[in-house]
Amino acid sequence: MTATLLLWSIFLAQILLVAAMACATYRVLRGPRAQDRVLGLDTLYVNATMLLLTFGIRTGSTLYFEAALIIALLGFVATAALAKFLMRGEVIE
Amino acid sequence: MTHLADLPVWAAIPVALFLLLGSALALIGSIGFVRLRSFYERVHAPTLGTSMGIGFVLLASMLCFTVLQSRLVLHEILIAVSMLVTTPITLMLLARAALYRDRSEGSDDVPAAPPVHTAAPPAQDSAPPV
Repeated sequence: MTATLLLWSIFLAQILLVAAMACATYRVLRGPRAQDRVLGLDTLYVNATMLLLTFGIRTGSTLYFEAALIIALLGFVATAALAKFLMRGEVIE
Repeated sequence: MTHLADLPVWAAIPVALFLLLGSALALIGSIGFVRLRSFYERVHAPTLGTSMGIGFVLLASMLCFTVLQSRLVLHEILIAVSMLVTTPITLMLLARAALYRDRSEGSDDVPAAPPVHTAAPPAQDSAPPV
């Protein structure tokens, strides 16, 4: 009973998160300017982190948690570097 | 899926609720990100997912693993802290970069840059201040 409830809610949550990732991907592909694409990439990695966490709950392993942590940390560095690039034209001056 | 059946009902219902709430908030933020018009409006929308959305998903994960392993599992707080600390930094950097680009192109949609106060040399033949 609880397994059925949890499986269905995890499935629904994954569908919602994939739809959110599709929205972010649309903005990455269509974004009128470069800053829209960078912001789309930021949204995309946050949604990917959440998707990995739902996979972790589904399989009951903590392996997915570590992947989610790495994505969250590397995504910050990537977005900060891209914002710096948009501002100055160089990442490291 | 044996481990999910081990979860008691009082834990399974909050886990399912938190998961659905978090992913629904993420989806609402992403839909706003697609639908809003200018970049400065769009910057606000995904923060719904990065604050409340990931918070609820992490809460569900914490509750699930704490009940399953019969001990306190709190390492999800690492993701929550890193997300809460880094999101404002990246979005402010990005908004300032966008503002700089818009101003350097002479766009009319953004307010002009504030005047820069430099130490100007005092004028020679002006009247002294009263």
